[in-house]
Amino acid sequence: MAELHLKSYRFRAEREDDWRRLETLLTKVGKGSAKALSDEELLALPVLYRQALSSLSVARATSLDQGLVDYLESLSTRAYFLVYGTRSNFVERLGGFFGHAWPDAAKALWRETLASFLLTLVGVLAAYFLTLHDPDWFSAFVPGDLAGGRGPTASVEAMRATLYDHGEHKGLSVFAAFLFTHNSGVAIFAFALGFAFCLPTSMLMAYNGAMLGAFLAAFGMKGLGFEAGGWLAIHGVTEISAVILAGAAGLRIGWTLAFPGDLSRPAAMAQAGRQAATLMGGVVVMLFCAGILEGVGRQVIQNDFARYGIGLATLVAWPAYLYLPRRRSVVR
Amino acid sequence: MKAARKTSKAGAAMAIPDPAAGDDRRARSLVTPEGVDLKLRLGDAGERAAALLIDLLIMLAALIAFALLAALAMIGSKGKGWEVIGTVAVLVFFVLRNLYFVLFELTPGAATPGKRAMGLRVAARNGGRLTADAIFARNAMREIELYLPISFLAVQGDQVGAWISLAGLTWCAVFMLFPLFNRDRLRVGDLVAGTWVVKAPTRKLAPDLVETSRPSVGRFRFTMAQLDAYGVKELHVLEDVLRRYETKTIALVAARIRLKIGWSAAPDESDGDFLAAYYAALRGRLESRLLLGKRRKDKFDKG
Repeated sequence: MAELHLKSYRFRAEREDDWRRLETLLTKVGKGSAKALSDEELLALPVLYRQALSSLSVARATSLDQGLVDYLESLSTRAYFLVYGTRSNFVERLGGFFGHAWPDAAKALWRETLASFLLTLVGVLAAYFLTLHDPDWFSAFVPGDLAGGRGPTASVEAMRATLYDHGEHKGLSVFAAFLFTHNSGVAIFAFALGFAFCLPTSMLMAYNGAMLGAFLAAFGMKGLGFEAGGWLAIHGVTEISAVILAGAAGLRIGWTLAFPGDLSRPAAMAQAGRQAATLMGGVVVMLFCAGILEGVGRQVIQNDFARYGIGLATLVAWPAYLYLPRRRSVVR
Repeated sequence: MKAARKTSKAGAAMAIPDPAAGDDRRARSLVTPEGVDLKLRLGDAGERAAALLIDLLIMLAALIAFALLAALAMIGSKGKGWEVIGTVAVLVFFVLRNLYFVLFELTPGAATPGKRAMGLRVAARNGGRLTADAIFARNAMREIELYLPISFLAVQGDQVGAWISLAGLTWCAVFMLFPLFNRDRLRVGDLVAGTWVVKAPTRKLAPDLVETSRPSVGRFRFTMAQLDAYGVKELHVLEDVLRRYETKTIALVAARIRLKIGWSAAPDESDGDFLAAYYAALRGRLESRLLLGKRRKDKFDKG
């Protein structure tokens, strides 16, 4: 007899089918993707979700069946994440990234980019003049395994030989893949290190510049400055810009952690982190291009002027793409 | 409409411990745009560590499987395919290290296999969409939380090198142990990305206990005084006992309740039937009072 008086029992019996239907849809999506649902099911999803939510509200207020309330909480939460989760398709998101998200992030981080650039420049200049003044500095800036026989003590011919490739084009794709993954790893590392209040990232930027400066000085002393410039320019413009942008992303995080501004610290961090991460996505793309230019392009193209030409083209193209103002797309 | 939705989401951004949950320190309120509080629970440190361990093991297994495949391919092509195999190997390693977490968290479940196994998922702290840049940010931070400490551990060298890596490890410990020192169990990556890790268990709808007790209920008649002996808290404990249905506990609880309400058992009365009937009657009584606006918290609540 008692169950006839229980409104919560009747409440459940009347709505259970809808809940089960929502659960089936959720399980379907969990196994495959949102594409697993037919049009009809997709349309039913928000309706069923709202029904579950209202059931949850009613159950909390009127039912003392703990098992039922727990179930509805779990069901509503799962449905909430599906209904309000990301469901735009991959191509659309990619278009949004290249169309505006990446350039916008680059523009928003211009101060950090400038700081990162200046730090690199300081590193280059300091190492360049120190090495010119006293060649012993070279080994202080460039680790032995990276120098690969280059240095102030090597002969001019040996140095020239490192700049050009002599017809052995084997394993270029491995080389390019290695360069891409290695540089991306370093860039992500520079980004993550920014969390420690900018300091490690700043040092990394200056040190990166110092290696570059020491290399240039070593070649400059032998009168190979022009050739070394071409060897570097073809991929270096892209690669060094990418590293500078990665440093900028790291600096933004560390700076926001120290000085969150008007927002609360967690809110400011979240905003800065997402913007910086968008820029980092772009950095990985740039490093991919740099990897191909360095791993393949530089080995195939042996002419200094062609090398300079490509370097110059990238020097114009990247800033133009990232910083030139563009028409706002219609806000959907 | 859009603005209204935004404010309601911003309202959910606050990490207010839910007052109703009381002693549950991991409960957080997430108010949906429809205005219902979903009462999320955060994943605790142990679960998250276990999830990470599972993921690392999966990555290791994938690496070993790929190495075996590559070796087979090398033998199969008699060493001629080294360029392709080498390129693929470098890229596979990169994808595993940097994109394993990102790609899995981009799926609708927003969880890596390890998290899924532990019933966890990633969610945006403000209750809004979990965007791709947030997922990238939270996982790029693993570089200093996870990979840097591992590389310090792997360093071999003389005594000076050992001291340096010890100092490095101590420094990294600040990032590694970060989740233990904040209320929301955020790791550095969660802080940077504005995310947190919440429980998203999949519960089955258990049968209503009132329904299962139907046949025997009619034999029991309780007086109002007998039904006023307990409150909601005791009802939920009783529900738990009935759902588990361990014979020993059932007998113990039945004896306890009989004593409390002064019920003299009929000779053929089973403990289980008695409890089921009392549960149904008590729930009916408490729910009807609930409809009149009185939620009797527990047996000490004399409202």
